[in-house]
Amino acid sequence: MTGMLYDAIIIGGGVIGSAIARELARFEGNFCLIEKNEDVCTGTSKANSAIVHAGFDAKNGTLMAEMNVKGNEMMGEVAKELDIPFKRNGAFVLCFDKKDLGSLQELYERGINNGVKDLQILTREEALKLEPNLSDLVVAALYAPTSGIICPFALTIGLAENAADNGVEFKFNTPANKIEKTDFGYRIYSDNEVLETKAIVNAAGVYADEIHNMVCEDKLKIVPRKGEYILCDKKVGNICERTLFQLPTKLGKGILVSPTVHGNLILGPTATDIEDKEGIDTTKEGLDSVIEKASLSVKSVPVRSAITSFSGLRAHINHDFILAESADNFFDATGIESPGLSSAPAIGIHIADMVSKKLALNKKDNFNPIRKGIIHASELSNEERAALIEKEPAYGQIICRCEMISEGEILSAIHRTLGATTLDGIKRRTRAGMGRCQAGFCSPKVMEILSRELNLPLDEIKKNGSESKLAVGKSNKGI
Amino acid sequence: MKLLENYDIAIIGGGPAGLAAAIGANEAGAHKESIIVIERDDKLGGILNQCIHNGFGLHTFKEELTGPEYAGRFIDKLLDLEIPYVLNTMVVDIAEGENGTKLITTISKENGLKVIKAKAVVLSMGCRERSRGALNIPGFRPAGVFSAGTAQRLVNIESYMPGKEVVILGSGDIGLIMARRLTLEGAKVKVVAELQPYSGGLKRNIVQCLDDYGIPLKLSHTVTRIDGKERVEGVEISQVDERLKPIKGTEEYYKCDTLLLSVGLIPENELSDSLGVKLSPITSGPVVNESLETSIEGVFACGNVLHVHDLVDFVSEEAKEAGKNAAKFAKIGKTSEENTITLTPENGVRYTVPSTICPENMNDTVTVRFRVANVFKNKYVAVYFDGERVKRTKKMILAPGEMESVVLKKEDLLNKGIKNIKICLED
Amino acid sequence: METKNLICIQCPMGCPLEVTMENGEVIKVSGNTCKRGEIYAKKEVTSPTRTVTSTVKVENGELPLVAVKTKTDIPKSLIFECMAEINKAKVTAPVKIGDVIIENVCGTGVPVVATSNVK
Repeated sequence: MTGMLYDAIIIGGGVIGSAIARELARFEGNFCLIEKNEDVCTGTSKANSAIVHAGFDAKNGTLMAEMNVKGNEMMGEVAKELDIPFKRNGAFVLCFDKKDLGSLQELYERGINNGVKDLQILTREEALKLEPNLSDLVVAALYAPTSGIICPFALTIGLAENAADNGVEFKFNTPANKIEKTDFGYRIYSDNEVLETKAIVNAAGVYADEIHNMVCEDKLKIVPRKGEYILCDKKVGNICERTLFQLPTKLGKGILVSPTVHGNLILGPTATDIEDKEGIDTTKEGLDSVIEKASLSVKSVPVRSAITSFSGLRAHINHDFILAESADNFFDATGIESPGLSSAPAIGIHIADMVSKKLALNKKDNFNPIRKGIIHASELSNEERAALIEKEPAYGQIICRCEMISEGEILSAIHRTLGATTLDGIKRRTRAGMGRCQAGFCSPKVMEILSRELNLPLDEIKKNGSESKLAVGKSNKGI
Repeated sequence: MKLLENYDIAIIGGGPAGLAAAIGANEAGAHKESIIVIERDDKLGGILNQCIHNGFGLHTFKEELTGPEYAGRFIDKLLDLEIPYVLNTMVVDIAEGENGTKLITTISKENGLKVIKAKAVVLSMGCRERSRGALNIPGFRPAGVFSAGTAQRLVNIESYMPGKEVVILGSGDIGLIMARRLTLEGAKVKVVAELQPYSGGLKRNIVQCLDDYGIPLKLSHTVTRIDGKERVEGVEISQVDERLKPIKGTEEYYKCDTLLLSVGLIPENELSDSLGVKLSPITSGPVVNESLETSIEGVFACGNVLHVHDLVDFVSEEAKEAGKNAAKFAKIGKTSEENTITLTPENGVRYTVPSTICPENMNDTVTVRFRVANVFKNKYVAVYFDGERVKRTKKMILAPGEMESVVLKKEDLLNKGIKNIKICLED
Repeated sequence: METKNLICIQCPMGCPLEVTMENGEVIKVSGNTCKRGEIYAKKEVTSPTRTVTSTVKVENGELPLVAVKTKTDIPKSLIFECMAEINKAKVTAPVKIGDVIIENVCGTGVPVVATSNVK
């Protein structure tokens, strides 16, 4: 054996892998997270509803129910420690037919059994008082005040940065191509290196079945379940204050209409099982159905205010998460579909607990749970902002005019722990390019800053993955 | 340049509109030191700096200039007049202060966060391009989808090519110009698809930018899918029906590495909106009166933030008026609102700018600019005062891509008791 | 006798022109609303010309490129040859609007001049 022997390698840099990494960082040991893409938060974690579910949806007694309710309870504290935006805006599950009131009651009871606090069933009138833009079709609603909204990028990146600051090594562009059982644990073959570890944590999202199947006798099959979304301008972010779900009926599971934690409005998702694990394209049918279904919930759907549409894949296996030691020292965190984001902090603890017990790891005494986020200068008071610019003038140069993101914020995104190297990396850390012009104005400027700070030619700057270069070369001048 | 505490006239944006407004204000008697032009970019001239093609200034200078040359003339004038300006300075908020003054919060490296006061404000922030997201084009979200203006900046300013094989959606002028530009720089532009049955750009640009290079223009076509997970690999284009919905079975696949979007411009009125300026749902710009004054007293608007223009000459003309009126306001304050005439666009005319006229306040003439809703041939543009036709002008062709105007004279309106002016098309 | 239909590009009006020709000679132009349309039509069917605009590499400047144009129009058939010369050219900053970058592009006698300032 050569080189480093890790205590545990986590495969997958999504919200689950990052949460597990942060929890493992509380223990003594050498931990590494490997991610096949160029950054954390590039798979399922980057494209979802961005909701911290209350926990009434999952069947009683499932891991899903347990992790969701626990994760929801933890989220306030986690968000504070990681300095990320999180808001308990509450949620409604809308019922559109008196005949379905029984199902609404069932959902209420399931929630109570799952341990969800403060649930209430509201009449149409009561619901309207809280949400005046509800459509005329709404007859009643289940109200879950503990439901919340969060930025999934900020959560994943915050967890990962904090894990890295506490000693977890992150390796990007490092897929696990092959895994071998060894005397001391496992050997992982990546593109350019071979890694040795005592234990593996499989948090590979839609690819978790492939990782699992490299090691385990019993085989898993993940079905990527595509969800398409439409995101609308902040102008219409106040159509509702709470997340509006629809009560599932025979016609299918509904979609949600919700403000995001940054004040946009999100509509979606659809649910289509597909084969392609990278099949994150949107479809006309999907987007049309989002618009059609959203109009059940609210009076007028602001389709004209759409600023982007996207789709994400949920790693669907069965109807529960798999959180288990599936082979000796091989730990699965698989089948993490919704409510995975909500459950992430609890799953992190759950898996870290299993790993640390198995490997007999000791708690560290110098774990620092606090991570300072990127300063969002536009959210400061005039006095604070003036003082900041005086100290660091880069915060006085606006790069993204829609979201009012300054050069200072972009520099911070590049130079901090696990810094951004791509346009999307900058976008997910700072929101530059996420506004109404969708990076039309700021992308050349952000490309210039990346090129300058990373010392790369402009045509090497990528949107995200390896083939995603933005410019295809210098124009033919002066040669 | 250091920002002062107080100005008479603050001009938000140093593109063609802001430059002309500043010059207009100065010419109307505002002291140079009482004017400030606030520009967010690192040079004056706005988007003209990247519009290196010619065709600018025929009306104003009787010669064809390129964008930077046209901007250069106004910048030189501004410098000659010694009108102050700041660069790299973003206005993040405009609010109403005491006694009608406006509080303008600016931020920049040089001046930090600075709130300045102004008696009058000219909004000249320009517009932005509609993005892919606003169109909900299905497919992947790879690198290689650019708005035409972003690609223009990459090629003309940064010296980088956005792609080698290009499909363009939208036949707006920037899209047409970029078709030629990329062709000249060695890229292959395969097709320009236009959703409408007519082009959104100037006819001359179709001739000079597409026909000259054999680039096909497909009217009533749109992109129905974008292919390629990391970089664009191709797009699917379909024909659309009269309701602009894609027709199944008409799909054609174009292999390409780049999709440029030239699908419309949107006046950038987030600042105006936060100040409470009333916006028109048709133009997405402020509703203005004869003085180009918005619903908020002392706040004027001109150029593409007011309504999207196709010719910069008209932007300059309009902005000069806005600057003059702002200077007048800063000097004498509130003007009469009596006898206000409303302007009504009808029958093929989509909107008018301005939308009200108070004859007491107007200069000798007011130019009413408007756009039509479709392509019309051999129609009359007619003007009615309270139902009575007073003017009609024959037009061989009218198109949504080309702004039209009628000029109204003060002498025809003053003390005539007119309540409404209708502008419409007729046979 | 043959007719050619053109769209006038002399101004944004874009008048639809009909040019009647006989033995390679223009005998009639119709559809134009001004004299310039007639001149354009005659030229367009016999020896069409265009102004070429592009950029030239700048060394030691605040920007990598300076915008340029052919000072007057050149034969349309020479556009790509003209581009080849423009692409080869190089200037050193500072460059001012009006500076001659190429004295005589493609032997047309027409200079290529700067249309932007680069410090």
